[in-house]
Amino acid sequence: MDFSLNKREELFLQMIRKFAAEEVQPLAAEVDDQERFPIETVEKMAKIGIMGIPIPVQYGGQGATNQMYIMAVEELSKVCATTGVIVSAHTSLCMNPILEFGTEEQKMKYLPKLASGEWIGAFGLTEPNAGTDAAMQQTTAVLDGDEWVLNGSKIFITNAGYAHVYVIMAMTDKSLGTKGISAFIVEKGTPGFSIGKKEKKMGIRGSATCELIFENCRIPKANLLGELGKGFKIAMMTLDGGRIGIASQALGIAQGALDATVKYTKERKQFGKTLAQFQNTQFQMANLETKVQAARLLVRQAAWKKDMHLPYSVDAAMAKLYCAETAMETTTKCVQFHGGYGYTREYEIERMMRDAKITEIYEGTSEVQRMVIAGKLFK
Amino acid sequence: MEKSDYKNIHVFVEQRDGVIQSVALELLGKAHELSADLHEKVVAVLAGYQIKDQAQMLIEYGADEVICMDAPELKDYLTEQYTQAIYQVVMEFKPSIMLIGASTIGRDLAPRLACRLNTGLTADCTKLEITEDMQLASTRPAFGGNLMATILNTEHRPQMSTVRPGVMQKMARDNSRKGEVIDFKPTFDESKFKVRLVKNVKENKGTVDITDAKILISGGRGVGCKAGFDKLQALADVLPGAEVSSSRAMVDAGIIDHCRQVGQTGKTVRPNLYMACGISGAIQHLAGMEESDLIIAINKDKFAPIFGVADLGIVCDLNKVVPLLTTRLAKEIEK
Amino acid sequence: MNIIVTIKQVPNTNVIKINPVTGTLIRDGVPSILNPDDASALEMALQLKDKFGAHVTVITMGPPQADAICREAFAMGADRAILLSDRKFAGADTLATSYALSGAIKTLDYDLILAGRQAIDGDTAQTPVSLAQHLDLPQVTYATNLDFDGKKLCTVTKETEEGYQILEVETPCVLTVLSSAIKPRYMTVKGIMEAYDKEVEVWGADKLDVEEARLGLSGSPTRVKKSFTKPQKQPGEIFEVDPEEAVEIIVKKLKEKHII
Repeated sequence: MDFSLNKREELFLQMIRKFAAEEVQPLAAEVDDQERFPIETVEKMAKIGIMGIPIPVQYGGQGATNQMYIMAVEELSKVCATTGVIVSAHTSLCMNPILEFGTEEQKMKYLPKLASGEWIGAFGLTEPNAGTDAAMQQTTAVLDGDEWVLNGSKIFITNAGYAHVYVIMAMTDKSLGTKGISAFIVEKGTPGFSIGKKEKKMGIRGSATCELIFENCRIPKANLLGELGKGFKIAMMTLDGGRIGIASQALGIAQGALDATVKYTKERKQFGKTLAQFQNTQFQMANLETKVQAARLLVRQAAWKKDMHLPYSVDAAMAKLYCAETAMETTTKCVQFHGGYGYTREYEIERMMRDAKITEIYEGTSEVQRMVIAGKLFK
Repeated sequence: MEKSDYKNIHVFVEQRDGVIQSVALELLGKAHELSADLHEKVVAVLAGYQIKDQAQMLIEYGADEVICMDAPELKDYLTEQYTQAIYQVVMEFKPSIMLIGASTIGRDLAPRLACRLNTGLTADCTKLEITEDMQLASTRPAFGGNLMATILNTEHRPQMSTVRPGVMQKMARDNSRKGEVIDFKPTFDESKFKVRLVKNVKENKGTVDITDAKILISGGRGVGCKAGFDKLQALADVLPGAEVSSSRAMVDAGIIDHCRQVGQTGKTVRPNLYMACGISGAIQHLAGMEESDLIIAINKDKFAPIFGVADLGIVCDLNKVVPLLTTRLAKEIEK
Repeated sequence: MNIIVTIKQVPNTNVIKINPVTGTLIRDGVPSILNPDDASALEMALQLKDKFGAHVTVITMGPPQADAICREAFAMGADRAILLSDRKFAGADTLATSYALSGAIKTLDYDLILAGRQAIDGDTAQTPVSLAQHLDLPQVTYATNLDFDGKKLCTVTKETEEGYQILEVETPCVLTVLSSAIKPRYMTVKGIMEAYDKEVEVWGADKLDVEEARLGLSGSPTRVKKSFTKPQKQPGEIFEVDPEEAVEIIVKKLKEKHII
C-alpha cells in the first residue's frame, strides 16, 4: 500500500480544494441556516465531473479511483458536510449498486445520466420499524404481470425529492426472511410514488432527508436490481461502500474543525498569550491531529482495498467507526477551544459539531460497525 | 551605443482629451528633484493634438524644456502611434532617463517602447534615486508588496521607469519659471497602425479620483452591502474633501466601482486621513494605503491585520460607530 | 484557428509571510500556482475553442517544476503545452523573457496570442507587451472582453481608468487579459485523468529562433541591486470599546491631528 499522492491525485486535490473554497464554503452557513438543498452546487459539481468520479468512462463516468472519490468527499465536507453527503449518497448508495448489480441495460439507462449529474441518486432501506434491524422490511413488492407493485414507506432518505433515481429495498417473499428482500430501481414521477415529510435535523441541515411513500406504485419488471431475493445482500454490500463515503465525510468535518481551531488558537489571546502557546492546547491539539491522521489512513486503506477489488467490508466498518467518533470528539473539543464564541453561529465550529453527530448514526450506527468488526474477530 | 551621449530626464506627459494627467505633474516634480543630483535638465515630452498651449504649465511644474508633438495621429492614445513618436524623440534627443506614469496608458506604452529601444524598464516604482555613480536606482514592490527591490540599468539607455499615480508629489506651481518649448514633428509609418479605436466610453466613475482626496472613508467586507456603504458615504459627506473608497472584496462583490479600489490592483493613495471600516487588511490592500498620514481602523475582528498599520484601532462594529460618528462630526464641523 | 496562451508559474503571493525576526520572505510551503491573469487568458482561449473549435497551445518559461501548470492547463482544456526550460534562460528580466518566448512562438503557427495582464510575483505587465514588440504584432492590453468574428477581426473591450474602450484589431495580435473580467473554468475530473497522459514538450534554447546572447542574464538590461522587506510600522493604539466611546476617541484623534 502506498498512500502518497501521485501527481494526478495532487492535481485533483488542488482542483477540489479550490472548488470547495470558492463555491461550497461561501454557501455553507446559509445552507445550514435556511435548511436549503444547495442545488446550484450540485449543478456546478456536475459540470466538472464530481458527480461521477469512480464510475467507468463507458458508463459516462470519469473513470477515476475510489481514492479520488473519497478525497472529494473529504474536501467538500471540510467546508460543508451537507455537500459531502449529497455526493456520497449519490455515488456510493445509488450509482454503486447499479454499477455492481445492474444489468447492462440498467447500467446504460441510468449511469450516464447519474454520473453526469443530470440526475441525482438516492437509496431507500430504512423504515420506521427497520433501522439497525434492517431485515424487518415492511415495504412489499408484488409481481403483477409485467410490473412490480410497491407498497409501504421509507424514512430518513438522503437526497429525497431532488433525486431522480431511487434504489429501493422491498420484501418480495416474507416467508424467506432476509432472503425474501429484493432491490428495485424506482424513478421519480412514477405514479404511486411520492415524497412525504421532510425532517428537521440537528445537523447536515441542507441535505434533503424525507420520507418516501409507495401506494400501489407500479414499476416495470425490468427494474428489479440484481437477482430476486438478493436485496438484503445488495443493501449490505452497498452500505460497505457507503461507509467509506461517510467515513470520509466525518474525516472532512474533523479536519475542517482542526484547521479552524489551529487558526483561532493562534490568534485568540487570553492572559497575555495566544491560546496556542498554552501547553494544554498544544497537547490536546496534538492528540486530535494524530487521531485525524489515523482516521485518514483507515479510510484510505478501505478505499484502496475497494479499488483493488479486495474484501473491504470490515475495513470500511473500522474506518467509519473511527472517523465518526474522531469527528465527534474533535468538533466537541474544538468548540471548547473556541469558548463562548464556539457556541455561537458566528463561528462555523458550532455547525461542524452538529454535523458530526450524524456520522455516528447513519449508514450503520457505531454499534453496527462494532458488530461487523466483532463478527470477523469472533468468527 | 555611447552612454555618455545620453543626457536629461524625459517625462512622458500623459493627456486624455487634451487634459494633462496629474501623474505627469507628479513625475515632473520627482524629475526636478533628481535633476538636482544629476545636473541634467528635466524635459517634458508632450504628445497630442492641439495641446501646445499647455506646454507652459509643464514648465511651471518643473520642466526645463518641453518637446511638443502636435499631430492628429496623436489625438487619442494608441500604442503604435505613440511608440513611433516617442521612439523618434529618444533617438533624436537621447535622454539618460525616461519616466512614464504607470496608468493603463503608461503600462501599455512603456514596455513597447523599452523593447523597441532594447533597454531596461522598471515598473510601478515607489522610489527613484540617483546613485553616487549617477545611475537611476528604481525601487519597486514585488511579491504582492511583500518585498522591495532596487533595480539598476547600468549599460543601456535610456533608463526607463514607470511610477503609479499618487506615489510622487507635484512641486508647487511656479508661474515665474521659464523654459524652451521645442516643436518636434515625428514621421509616421501608417502601415503599422493596426488597432482602431471604435469608441472611448467614460462612465460616471471617472469623475472622482480617490488619489486626490484628502480624506478617504474606505469600506471592506465588513460593510456588507450597498446599504452599509451608504453609511460610509454619509460620513464622507459631512467631512470636507472626503471620498469613499474600498478594498478589493467590495469591488469584486459589485458593490462599488473599480475606480474607488485601493491596493495592489487598485490605486495607491496617501490622504491625510484614511479611515478603514471593516477592512481586514490583506497585504495587497495595505500596499495601496499604508503611506497615508493618519490611519484609523474600525473592525470587529481584533485580529485583523489592518490594526498592524493603524495609528488608531477601534475594535467595534462599524455599523454602529459610523452613524454615531457622522452625527457627532456634523455637529463638530458646524461649530 | 490556432491560439497561443502564455502562462507563468508563480508563488501564491497571498500566502507569503515575512519572518518577523529576520525580515526575510518565508517561501517555504508557499504553493506555486498558475498566475491568475494567465488562467483568465486561457479561459478566453478555451471559450474561443468551444465556439470556433480553436487549437489552444500554452507556452511557459521556467524550471522543470513548471510542468505542473502545463498539466493544469491540459486539465482545463488546452491541447498542447510547451515548457521553455534551459539554464541559458536563467536570470532573464522581462526583455529577455519575452525575447525567448518570441523565439519559440516564431516557430509555431498561430492566429492569436493571449496573455495575462501581469504576474502576481512581479506585477510588471511588461512581458506580453514586449513579446508583441519582438513579434512586431499589434497589442491590446487590459482586455476584459473579446468578440471574434470567426475569421480575422477581434473587437476588444479594454478597461481604462475612466471606463472602457472598444478597439478593433485583426489577427494575428497580442491581447492581455484581466482576471477580474473573466473567471477561469475549473479543471474537470476528466481533464485531470487525461492530463498526465499527454506530453509537455520541453524546449531548450537550441530549439528557438534566437541569438543566444540575448537570452537569460546576458540579455537582460536590468539588474536587481538589492532586495529588502519593508520596515514594519509600529502599531498604534487599539481600543476595544462600545460605539459611544469609540466616537469620542476618534474625534479626539481627529482634533489632535487637525483633521477637524
